[in-house]
Formats: sequence, structure tokens, C-alpha cells
Amino acid sequence: MVKKIGLVVLLIAFIAFPQVFSNPAVTTIAIFTLMYATATTAWNIFSGYTGYIALGHAAFFGIGSYAIALMCLNWHIPGGYIPFLLVPVAGLIAAAFAVPVGWISLRTRKHTFVVITIAIFFIMQPMAFNLRSITNGSTGLSLPIPTGWGGTYFNFPFYYVALAMLVFALGVSWWIRNSKYGLGLLAIRDDEDRALGLGVKTGSSKLIAFVISAFFVGMVGALHAYFQESIYPAFAFDPLFDIAIALMGFLGGMGTLSGPILGAIILEPTQRYFTMQFSANGYYLIIYGALFLAIILLLPEGVVPTANKYWLKWKAFRERTKNVSNESDDGKGKVRP
Amino acid sequence: MSFLEVNNVSKSFGGIHALDTCSISVQRGTVTGLIGPNGSGKTTLFNVITGYDQAEKGEIFFDGKALINSKPDHVFRLGLGRTFQLTRIFPRLTVLENMHVAAQRVGTRALLSRWSSSHEQRRALELLDFVGLTPLKDLPAANLSYGQKKLLEFAYILIADPSMILLDEPAGGVNPTMINQLAERIRTLNRQGVTFLVVEHNMEFVMSLCNPIMVMHHGARIAEGTPQEIRKNPTVLEAYLGE
Repeated sequence: MVKKIGLVVLLIAFIAFPQVFSNPAVTTIAIFTLMYATATTAWNIFSGYTGYIALGHAAFFGIGSYAIALMCLNWHIPGGYIPFLLVPVAGLIAAAFAVPVGWISLRTRKHTFVVITIAIFFIMQPMAFNLRSITNGSTGLSLPIPTGWGGTYFNFPFYYVALAMLVFALGVSWWIRNSKYGLGLLAIRDDEDRALGLGVKTGSSKLIAFVISAFFVGMVGALHAYFQESIYPAFAFDPLFDIAIALMGFLGGMGTLSGPILGAIILEPTQRYFTMQFSANGYYLIIYGALFLAIILLLPEGVVPTANKYWLKWKAFRERTKNVSNESDDGKGKVRP
Repeated sequence: MSFLEVNNVSKSFGGIHALDTCSISVQRGTVTGLIGPNGSGKTTLFNVITGYDQAEKGEIFFDGKALINSKPDHVFRLGLGRTFQLTRIFPRLTVLENMHVAAQRVGTRALLSRWSSSHEQRRALELLDFVGLTPLKDLPAANLSYGQKKLLEFAYILIADPSMILLDEPAGGVNPTMINQLAERIRTLNRQGVTFLVVEHNMEFVMSLCNPIMVMHHGARIAEGTPQEIRKNPTVLEAYLGE
């Protein structure tokens, strides 16, 4: 009950946020944060639950970006609300692409899998540069610009679409975590061969999780492209995106529901702030790196699992001391009048 | 035909013949023991039967169905469960979640159903109670002791209602009180119709629980009989003590 009320309050806070802090500089950071939270939640559905670390999800981000740009160009879609409807379509295209990619890469495990996902990403980026007839090469593509969304209002539709995407991704993640299917994914993370021996369909389970996560990451890519109004190969297929979502997942806590969101909320605004403050000299990278070293040293499991552990310890401690004091109360009660 | 029939199965690792035209048969409703010196091929035999290893030659039949070189999940779905010598539980899942992994459902129902459906939840709690792990149900399984992990593995195999269970050293590293409890659980299940094949080095445990007992040496069966017969069999003594 307390949890439900907390979630509702949190959701209201997220909905009210741009109304309270309407400064475009702030809402822009909030939009990026929500998009990264969605991408990390999606990445977690696959990597967090199955334990397979994918470092090539930027490929799906890029495909989503190019898909929405090409749809808008070819179908002459004007700027406004209509491109938002194409965001899920771009997600589906990324998901369709993830089927063969996953089918091939998921034949491998652990470190080999990581390397293969990176390799797939590095196949995609040069393709975006070189397939000029489709992608327009390094010149990039432009997306329609919404007219009539002046001033502070401009960011609002993007903010709410991003928030809706996050809620959707989180809902799917929650549903999987509580389903038999999700339990199978967690079993794969712990001991894949044993899970297979107990009748878990490991092959299709992994592939489905991979495709679901690609769908959401593709949607994030599409929204990101529309928000930025133009795309270039180097930014649509950005290796830093791979690193960013993985680090956000690690920081918040892999395999948890709130961890990826927390990781995004901590890291994305920090990074944006540092970029703004020190962009000229690149000091922000040093600060960013130091932050990570600290996290890895102090919270190797991530914030949420570590906090949970301390919470359980504290609860156990409190119960023990309560029992002790109860016993001493009984003792007093037995004293003769 | 016997419930489990292994005919002339061979398996080698490099130059070592782990199984050398090995044949055994287990009758329905028995608790059959399988003993032999270290390296005699007992675990390899288990692996080949349950699909974790591939045999080079031979036939295996379980309940009349050919089993040779099937996949582990197929074997499990046919109703043949097993435990491992080095227990394989899911350490980061809770004890209760471990119980539900083995109760997989087929097709889209897995996606649509929550894992704690009432019927399965009741069954999982019943089985945890059966092995005495109920108070630990919400702990990560990694926190269990060695013996408790063995009991958990035993319990989660049971949730799929197997008709036969292969136990690989169920008593190894388990304290004597728990060993007695385990033997009692096996007897109870056996009375309910579950057939067992047990590999174990604890002779007291095997001799009191199993009948018949088979003995393996150098990848083949060298003797079979009641506990009394095995105890007196000169071939068996020779295999264990050397010539």
C-alpha cells in the first residue's frame, strides 16, 4: 500500500516536473534523462535479467533514428505530433532487425557474446556512412521541425512522450520480472545449462528478451532523432551510447526494476552538467571517470541491491533488538509486587 | 522391459573409456543403488542418460521410449529428473523462486502467467516443507548451507512430478541427521511410486536404502544383487580394495 502511494506520488512528480521547472535548459536535460532511463530499462530486460552483457544496443538506437528520419522524408510528414506516432514503428523496425542479430549472436556466451555485439555495432556505423543512397552519408538527414511550438512549450510534448515510453518500458520490465518467463531468464543468468535441463526454453527466451529490449531502444533512437531534428552516422551509431546504458545499469543495479532508472537519473544530468560547465577542456571526462572508479570500488553490485542489503540488515538488527527489549520487559513483569 | 534400460553404452574422453559397453536396468518402483570406486563411470552414466553428455554407442530406453542422445530438457519433460554431485541451484534466486524454475509451462502461457500461481505456489511450499526449508524460503539460495542446497535441488526436481529421479551423491557432505531425513524422504516418495537410482559413497546409506545394488568398475557393471550379496561378492571387494 505504502509502495503504491509512493509510486503514484512519484508519477505525479514526474508529470508535474516540466510545469514547475519550465526552463528549456532544464527540461532538455530531463528529456535526455528520461530517454536514457527508458533505454537502460530496456537494456536491463535483456542484459540485467539474462546476465548476457550486450554492448551493441547503439545499433538498434541508430536503426530507430534512421527509420523515423527516412519515414518522415519519404512520406513527407510535417513537423508536429504525427512523427510521434512513427516512434513505435521505428521501434518495430529495430526489433525486426534484432531477430537475426540475436539469433546469430546468442549462439555464443559470456565474453564471446560481448565481443560479437560490439562487432555488430561496428558493422552498422560504417554502413550508415557508406550507404549514401539511403543514409545520405556523413551529411546526415534532417527531420521535420515542429512549427508553432514556441518557447518553453517546445520541450513539453517530447518530455511527455519520453515519460510515456519510460512508463511503458518499466511496465513491460515489471511484467517480465513477475512472470514465469522472467523467472526463466533469471535462471539462465544463474546457470543456463541447468535451466535448460529443467525445461526452460533458453534459446527462445533469450531471443525474445533481446528483441523486446531492441524495440524500446529503437523507439528511444527515434524520439532522440526527432528531438535533435537531424541525424549523422557518428551520433546515431554512437559507441558512447553502448557504454552509457551499460554503466547506468551497473550503477543502479542490474536485474532490478528501479536500478536502471536511478542510474540514468544520476548519470545523465551529471554528464550534461559537466559537459556544459567544462566542455571546452574536457575535464568533465576526468570527473566522470573518477565517479565510476568510486562506484566500482564502493558499490560493485549497484546502488539498489546494496541499499536493499543494508535495509534488510538494519531490519534484522532492529527485530533482534526489539526481541531483546521485549524479553527484558517480560523479566520486569515477573518481579513480584 | 525395465523402467530404465541402458544397453551397451560406450563413451570415452580422449583415450579413457569412461563407459565401456555398459548395461544396466532399473525396475519400476525400486530404489536402486549404483556404487563403484572413484572414476568407475557412475557420473558419466548419469550424464549420458540425462542428455548432459552424448554417448558414442549403445541404446537407452526410459519407460519404453528411446533416450539416446536426447537433450536434457527433453529427458526432464519425459519425467526423468536428476540432481548433481556438485549441487546446481540458482544462487541469486530465492529458495522459493528456485522451486518455480522447474515448473515451466509450455508456449505463450509462460509469458502470460505469473510464477506464483496459486496451485504451483501451494505445491512449492508443500515440497519446501517436505525437505524442511520453509523458514528459509525468501533467502537467496546462495545463503544456504551445503546440505540445504542438496535438499533444495532435490525439492525443486520434485515439483515437476518426475516418475524417476537419479540422485548423484545425495548424502555427500551432508550431516548424519540430515542424511537420515533424506533417506526417509526418499522412502516416502518411493512408496508414492517414484523410482530412484542413487549413486553414493556412503555405504551405510546405500546398504540401508537401496535394493538392488549395482556395482560399476572401469566403465562397466561388474555385479548386481541385494545388499547382502554385494557385501560378500569377491569381485566387488577386489574392485574396491585392489588385487
